[in-house]
Amino acid sequence: MEVFFVSLLNGLVYGMLLFMLASGLTLIFSMMGVLNFAHASAYMLGAYFAYTLSLYIGFWWALLLAPILCGLVGAAIEMYGLRQVHRHGHVAELLLTFGLALIIEKCVQMIWGLLPVPYRIPAELDFALFDVFGTQFHAYRAFMLAISAAMFGMIWLALTRTRVGLIIQASLTHPEMVRALGHDVPKVFTLVFASGTALAGLAGVIGGNYHTTDPAMAFSMGPIVFVVVVFGGLGSLAGCFIASILMGLLQTFAVVLDYSAADLLAKFGVTVSSSTPFAELLTIPIPRIGALLPYILLVLILFFRPRGLMGTRDT
Amino acid sequence: MRKIFRAAAAAVAVGTALFSMQASAQSQPTIKLVYTDPLSGPFAQVGDANLKQWQYVISYINATGGALGRKFELIPFDSKTQPAEALLALKAATDMNAPFLVHCSGSNIAAALIEAVNKHNARNPDNRILYINCGAVANELTNEQCSFWHFRFDLNVGQKIETMVRALPKDIKKVYVLNQDYLFGQSVQRDVKTYLTKLRPDVQIVGDELIPLGKIKDFSPYITKIKASGAQALISGNWGPDINLLLKAGFEAGADLRYYTLYTHLAGGPTAIGPAGDGKVLSVMPFTENLAPQLKNEQAERFTKTFRDANKFEFTSATFRTILEYLQAAIVKAGSTDATKIAFALEGLAQKDFLGYDTVMRKDDHQFISQYIVGTFAKGVKYDAEGTGLGWRPDSVVLAKELMQPTSCKMKRPAK
Repeated sequence: MEVFFVSLLNGLVYGMLLFMLASGLTLIFSMMGVLNFAHASAYMLGAYFAYTLSLYIGFWWALLLAPILCGLVGAAIEMYGLRQVHRHGHVAELLLTFGLALIIEKCVQMIWGLLPVPYRIPAELDFALFDVFGTQFHAYRAFMLAISAAMFGMIWLALTRTRVGLIIQASLTHPEMVRALGHDVPKVFTLVFASGTALAGLAGVIGGNYHTTDPAMAFSMGPIVFVVVVFGGLGSLAGCFIASILMGLLQTFAVVLDYSAADLLAKFGVTVSSSTPFAELLTIPIPRIGALLPYILLVLILFFRPRGLMGTRDT
Repeated sequence: MRKIFRAAAAAVAVGTALFSMQASAQSQPTIKLVYTDPLSGPFAQVGDANLKQWQYVISYINATGGALGRKFELIPFDSKTQPAEALLALKAATDMNAPFLVHCSGSNIAAALIEAVNKHNARNPDNRILYINCGAVANELTNEQCSFWHFRFDLNVGQKIETMVRALPKDIKKVYVLNQDYLFGQSVQRDVKTYLTKLRPDVQIVGDELIPLGKIKDFSPYITKIKASGAQALISGNWGPDINLLLKAGFEAGADLRYYTLYTHLAGGPTAIGPAGDGKVLSVMPFTENLAPQLKNEQAERFTKTFRDANKFEFTSATFRTILEYLQAAIVKAGSTDATKIAFALEGLAQKDFLGYDTVMRKDDHQFISQYIVGTFAKGVKYDAEGTGLGWRPDSVVLAKELMQPTSCKMKRPAK
């Protein structure tokens, strides 16, 4: 029971962090049809901006300003990068974002160095909030949960209750129609791209000091975010949310479930010994393949339900 | 006026003298040590701290005169924690005729390097190179895989784990073992079992786990699992972020555990432990700055303090200085910088290190054997670590003669 509750909380914190990253990407992906490889770079930039800003103006201002800076970077990428190569098709756009991801990583290495920077949790939040069966739940984790839940609420409201939100929603499902109705689709694109990047930046601000802030953080976070987006389905924020939480819980619970396929077979009276075919594979405990599970799920969903969990269009 | 003139003349004279000295030193080719370790990626912090300590030790040894009137020169290469990258460094080293390749971090890389050095030296008898291993400690490297061209200047896993198991308090009955999933971690995993069975049959292993190397960002799920297993202590050979983040998660969750480790004294470890870890973390290490004051060895204390004042972090790798003193002695003994001659001179070489302890480069397997320290992270030490106010208190010093574990190496030597 103890393990279950603590793992549930841990999984939620990680899942919500994933959601902040993936929500922006899913909006960009669904609307522009571009898998933005530089999205996780915005996550990294958010963390680095917040680190530098917090040295001068403190964490709380950095929490506000760093995502805005990331948003501006995103807007610039969209206006001066993606829009220029758009006429050459999606492949050109994809390659552009891939190149940008590499360039941003090199720039970060040149500006902030190869070593992790000492970006720390603010002292105000550095205490144990409450006890779950003897395990302390850190206040910063609660703060991360609160921020990401608030973000989820705000995106939801913005998308469903505002005019811009309606246009964005319409462009998600029927981009051609929206353009035909005379809306300034490029402007909407810029807005979505910038807000998506800002969201990733915000995830970086609160995730960077919780994990570590180093130049490799973008590339370690990138693949799992793609999995979430594809798994959740195109054009569906709810799908993205479910996928994020699922991946968070999956990775957390995979660690604590010390079973292997052999244990499952044993329940049916089949014992696996070293002479059994595939004995090596069958006796691998789940924790050792935990990191692989999301990718296995990705392959499965592409196989059986290419539009994703709650997607409205095929990928 | 005259005084000023004289002072100026003196300054010019001194300047010229210094310049000509420098010029004569430069005319002698340097003795090159090509150094490769992770300088980027998740393990960069460890590599970077090593590099700074190497540079400090090299400039110190050069100030004492180098060897055969020549200075040592360190040429760093990023290994990116990848064997392929380290092999590129080896290629660069042999291209510049360097007699030494120095590498510390990653036993899988070390295994690849030994293989490659063996091949290179067999094919190029007039351009041989020695692999100076300063920290890749999987047992295999000086047993099954032992090579005449490889010299390991750090205790191997077996020796370290035996030291750790002997230091395990009597009240600890349940331990959890967690290691990195590669050559080194598996070596630790095996030896913990072996030595617990041999020396502490009363201790029960309640969990045994391997984790992917340098991939995990949040160890909270592991801490949850370790707590649930009822373990009183965690034994881990992890290094770099794999131990730092593990400890961070442990102290954040307020887990009632004690930690028995091999690499918490390296860069980032003390910060991750923090003040909450007073007396709870033990590390088996080659050196701590607090040893010199305990031995009342002022010279050694000054040596480490100079580094600390200049670099704002601790000097942990006393072995680097010992390595250079061994190379210095071997080059002088061989009267040449030829790799084969130096290798024969190094075999069986025994010296006192700068702290006054007996050390030896064992001839049978090229395993260096020195004293080792069991240290606890605690308050009230003279030199704290990473500005935490706490530091490594040397609890006991295990002497080299107590660490003579047997080897299975069958050394093949070239013709002299």
